[in-house]
Amino acid sequence: MNQKNDDTILDVKDLKMYFPVTRGLLRRKVADVKAVDGVAFKLKRGETMGLVGESGCGKTTIGRCVLGLYRPSAGEIVFNGQDIAGFPEKKLRDVRRNMALIFQDPYSSLDPRQSAGSIVGEPLLIHKVTMAKSDYRERVEQLFRIVGLDSSMSDRFPHEFSGGQRQRIGVARALACSPHLIVCDEPISALDVSIQAQIINLLEELQSKSAGLSYLFIAHDLSVVRHISDRVAVMYLGRIVEICKSRVLYENPLHPYTRALLSAVPIADPVVESTRERIILKGEVPSPLNPPPGCSFHPRCFVAIPECSQGVPGLQDVGEGHEVACIRVPGYKRTF
Amino acid sequence: MTELLRVNGLVTQFNTESGVVKACDGVSYYINEQEIVGLVGESGCGKSVSQLSVMQLISAPGKIAGGEVIFDGQNLLDYQANGPQMRSVRGAKIAMIFQEPMTSLNPVLTIGQQLTEMLVIHMKMSADAARKRAIELMGLVGIPAADSRIDDYPHHFSGGMRQRVMIAMGLSCNPKILIADEPTTALDVTTQAQLLEMMRDMVERFRTSLVIVTHNLGVVARYAQRIYIMYAGRIVESGMTKDIFAKPRHPYTIGLLKCIPRLDEEEGTKLVPIEGLPPNLINMPATCAFLPRCSYKIEKCYKEPWPELTPVNGDHFIRCYANTEVKPSESKKR
Amino acid sequence: MVEQRKPEEGFQEAPPRVNEWRRFWKVFLQRKIVIFGLVVFLLLVITALFAGLLAPFDPYKNVLPDSLQQPSGKHWLGTDIQGRDTLSRLIFGTRTALMVGFITVITSAVIGVTLGLAAGFFGGIPSMVIMRIMDSLMCFPMLVLAMLLAAVLGGGIQNVIIALSVASLPGYARVMNGLTLSIRENDYIMAERSIGASNWRAMVRHILPNALPPMIVLVTLQLGGIILAEAGLSFLGIGIKPPGAAWGAMVTDGSRFLRTSPILTIAPGVAIMLVVFAFNMVGDGLRDALDPRLRGLL
Repeated sequence: MNQKNDDTILDVKDLKMYFPVTRGLLRRKVADVKAVDGVAFKLKRGETMGLVGESGCGKTTIGRCVLGLYRPSAGEIVFNGQDIAGFPEKKLRDVRRNMALIFQDPYSSLDPRQSAGSIVGEPLLIHKVTMAKSDYRERVEQLFRIVGLDSSMSDRFPHEFSGGQRQRIGVARALACSPHLIVCDEPISALDVSIQAQIINLLEELQSKSAGLSYLFIAHDLSVVRHISDRVAVMYLGRIVEICKSRVLYENPLHPYTRALLSAVPIADPVVESTRERIILKGEVPSPLNPPPGCSFHPRCFVAIPECSQGVPGLQDVGEGHEVACIRVPGYKRTF
Repeated sequence: MTELLRVNGLVTQFNTESGVVKACDGVSYYINEQEIVGLVGESGCGKSVSQLSVMQLISAPGKIAGGEVIFDGQNLLDYQANGPQMRSVRGAKIAMIFQEPMTSLNPVLTIGQQLTEMLVIHMKMSADAARKRAIELMGLVGIPAADSRIDDYPHHFSGGMRQRVMIAMGLSCNPKILIADEPTTALDVTTQAQLLEMMRDMVERFRTSLVIVTHNLGVVARYAQRIYIMYAGRIVESGMTKDIFAKPRHPYTIGLLKCIPRLDEEEGTKLVPIEGLPPNLINMPATCAFLPRCSYKIEKCYKEPWPELTPVNGDHFIRCYANTEVKPSESKKR
Repeated sequence: MVEQRKPEEGFQEAPPRVNEWRRFWKVFLQRKIVIFGLVVFLLLVITALFAGLLAPFDPYKNVLPDSLQQPSGKHWLGTDIQGRDTLSRLIFGTRTALMVGFITVITSAVIGVTLGLAAGFFGGIPSMVIMRIMDSLMCFPMLVLAMLLAAVLGGGIQNVIIALSVASLPGYARVMNGLTLSIRENDYIMAERSIGASNWRAMVRHILPNALPPMIVLVTLQLGGIILAEAGLSFLGIGIKPPGAAWGAMVTDGSRFLRTSPILTIAPGVAIMLVVFAFNMVGDGLRDALDPRLRGLL
């Protein structure tokens, strides 16, 4: 194992997650869906890393692997200096005291038969954080206030809350054990436009007030990811194609896919819109069952050359921590 | 430009156990020939219901309780909802595309069967001619190898491809107006861009007017010439896209623009959320529905009913008493 | 830690709430028909408990001269061929019916739900084996299977209970397995794991309560079926041994005299119907009252 680096909370190395496709009565394996295929990134304490990509690119799978909810096929997940990828379930449960997950759907992520207070307090009971009953109650009340909910509503059931309020309950549950890392999996995409900002601001505020809380923020909406993240990783078909500071992402995107993705997001300003580069990609995302050879983006790429199909480009730092995986980017050294 | 469709004071309500929900409460708008109009609002604001009302596709417990929909000099609401006159309008003159590409196609019929159906019914084409036209349409909306894929079933198509089929269907009878209800919300960003570009090219080619119903301000900023903003069953602001984005005047529009992160924003920009929740549309008070969440509210807002749409500048209308050109004062009324 | 925030504007202050138990009872007793079911149910339990005190005659004693009497002031519901008082036998039959019904349903539901839950939650080969066994048990109609078992084990109330329990087991396991598979897919089960909960906790605290409403309906439906099946077994002579009082046996015994003394068949028939109906109603009310969504409507 590497030496313990105190600045890094999460270090994902060459993570692979293959889901077998089985057929027939005997569940014979016929193929692998390569949901995540060799992903590596580091997350510093107190940092927010955005993970962005279209559906099926593997971003949710990465989030679940990090929490040990899926067992990776290969690779390391070093959390707080420990590689948790191979941990047995029992040990993982203890690790999960220090990390939490916020879900996309505020409707299905809360047990409809559990009161809001007991949802928020459950992690406390599981990890025996609060011993006395009064401590428990106090902590639950505190959590309600932190996320901006009236604590007298703690005996209500999820269906009595609006979508935004439910998401606040989800945030409170995630915060219960004061985790070091929260994986936010599309936390606002199911909410109404005018409610989304409330949750984004809540997440930002929580981070600014508690030292060292890191977010892995998974979303498909580039503007939201860019807003909340310090750095952004762009994914395509199970691989990260570009990692850079979020400021740089808009000003100087390097990977052609990132450029196409950026140009596809409309900006709510007709004046800006009229001058923007518009890249319309050809075709659709190929199936992860049968990805194209070489760079998996090359069949849709507008700058592709024949060499693109000859090998998989890895991420390379092309300056100031701007990592990209494309042989067409100036400064990128082809290794195949 | 000539006016194609004018909706006046449309009221659509749903009688539920807990009371009457006025999903549309006096909605008025118009659509010109060959124009792209955006209808923006959050879920439950009545934007889809208003469009379904124009098509008379409201089913019980919903009911169109008032207003008129003038199209071709005729009030469409005078027609029986399922009468032959309405049916000859629906799909042929005004077509609609829905949000869910997965459920809007019939899974047991081939794409070809579904595409040619309309052509045979409305355009009185022969089966052969209809098939030819269907293949042509599929090619136009960007479905590769259309002549071999026409006999496929919907489940062979991806979400984006199904939505292309839906668009082809919508355009098949050369409608005057195409209503797209959140046409790309269920799709990925790059697919969304592909489809919207294609739709814009198509309406130009077919000389059709397009109504984009969406919650995404970016989409209307990019494509629409004119927009209507809806809140709680009413249109609260309308005008040319460039005017509204350059100088939004209704507090709700102003709030919306401040609460969505922009791709090109400066680092460290803070979002200003609209506090509170959208109202429950049951038994609404006569005063402005946005009042509880508004930061511009003045004394008058509490006393007078919601005002009518009033012009602030040429084509630009808002439904508000407050002067929104100045920042909300710190000593705002509680 | 994080500073505390003021609850935001627009988030309504929570109005005072009715206690959860009171809400439970309110929903439970909302419908008159449920109250009726509950009353019938309580009457049955009382009857079963105090059968000895309530019955006017000894239900087992043959009084041959009084055989096949029509209803009268002395014998309210008449007598059977052996001159036994029908009302008394009906009262004692309540005991048998409730005992067989309850014990069978509880045993088979507990075992079936456990098997279905475990198989659904863990999956894999063990699950496949369990569910295939259940499927093969299901191939036989319940009554045929119960007959087979009763024939092997012999008659008597204990064996009837065992036979019926085994026969109704696969139904519970199947339904619970299906419910588990669908509930397991909800994000809140993933959320449970993400906060470090054990499998046991996820199963018992989250999947089980969410599977309860359909299970309660199934249990109440089964209860009627079990009482009927017991009657069937008794009819075939492999159920409750005579002279034990069982409604099912009474129906079959009485059916020979349907023309002359219809009361012999009708009385136990109505009793069976009443029980089944009462249980269904109580189950229905319970299902509604256990659902926080319906409770919240108050």
